[in-house]
Order: sequence, then structure tokens, then C-alpha cells
Amino acid sequence: MKRSNKPIFWSLFGAGGMLSALIGPALIYKTGFSSQSLGYERVLLLAQNGLGKLAILAVISLFLFHGCHRMYHSLHDFGIHVGPGLKAAFHGFAAAGTLAAAVLLILV
Amino acid sequence: MKTYTRPMAGWWKRNPYYLWYMLREASCLFLTAYALMLLWGLYRLQQGKIQYEQWRESLASPLSLAFHAIALALVLYHSWTWFKIMPKTLPRIPLPDWLVVTGGVSAVIVCSALVLVLT
Repeated sequence: MKRSNKPIFWSLFGAGGMLSALIGPALIYKTGFSSQSLGYERVLLLAQNGLGKLAILAVISLFLFHGCHRMYHSLHDFGIHVGPGLKAAFHGFAAAGTLAAAVLLILV
Repeated sequence: MKTYTRPMAGWWKRNPYYLWYMLREASCLFLTAYALMLLWGLYRLQQGKIQYEQWRESLASPLSLAFHAIALALVLYHSWTWFKIMPKTLPRIPLPDWLVVTGGVSAVIVCSALVLVLT
């Protein structure tokens, strides 16, 4: 039997759901309504620190995987039956965003 | 042979419970857009100080404020539902449901405080 890739994407969905539930509202509040403390030097320091890089990558990547996974399932709720192609597109989009973030974090 | 398929257009408007469900699902659009916005900020950060500060200034635009306000409300609702259903989504553990939900909400408060203090 061919192994299902479902557990992988469900784990990423779950991790993103958990991370966004825990710190999503606070992060959105920060960037939206209290970004005075997010000056260039301070944020650069975070992005150049190993743990900081990991945190930024986790936020961008897991938020994307969670959002894209849920979007894909919402299409089903609206009666649009998506095949494996569109499913791959949603997950591929999240993977591409993750890759872009990783490259930027290496360069910065 | 053509079989009958029950139409499903607008099913989520028939019951307030479904409407709340759809609202929760809508949080994924804003969460995805938010992640892309952060990714764009990272790109500007990597370019240099002027570019990053331009991005930071754009956060204060009316469009950005409206986006953040809606995103905040929806993600906060996602946050609440995530822990409200936690007793059902977790593997069976020997803890009462209310304790799991309270623990989750407490974790949100602690993590939010940490983010707001540290950043």
C-alpha cells in the first residue's frame, strides 16, 4: 500500500494552528498597532541570531502551512471538489514561502 | 445515469452555528496574508535599513490598520476555538475538559504577554 502523506501535512497544519493560537493575536497586535519597538537594528539583531532565525522561520512557515491547508479544506465546504493537483498547489505554495523565508534568513 | 446531488450552495447561511464555523475558517485567509506580509518584511529587512523602514511605515497606512484589525479579531477567535475543542482533538488524557480549555487559554495569555514584553 502506498503510504499516505496526510500525517505530514496534518502535523504542519496542527503545529501552525497551535503556534498561531498561542502567539498569533499578540504578533498581529504588535505589527499592526505597536510597531514603534520594531526598529531596524533590533529586528536585524533578531534575524541574525540563530534562535531568532528559527523563530521567524517557524512563524512564517507554519502560519502558511496552517492557512493553506485550511483554505484547501474550505473549498470542499463550498462544494468545490479539489483533486490532488490543487491540493499540491496549496501545499506547494506554503513550501515555496518556507523556502523563500529560509533563503532570506541565510542571506540577512 | 445522472444521480441527484443535493445542492449545497449557501448551506452555511442556514444556521448561526455554521456561520461561526465559516468565520473561523475565514481566519486562514488572513493568517496566510499575514505570513506573506511578514515574509515581505523579511525581504525588505534583508535589503537594508531604508527598505525595512519603508515597510514599517507602510504598517501604519489605513489599509494596513484595517487589515490588522480584522486579522486580530479572526485569529483571536481561531485561538479561542482551538482550545475550546482541544478536549475533543487531543488523544484521550486523564484530565477534565474544563482543565484542558483553561490550561490552553492560560497558555495564550502567558505567550501573548511574553511576545508583547520581549518584542
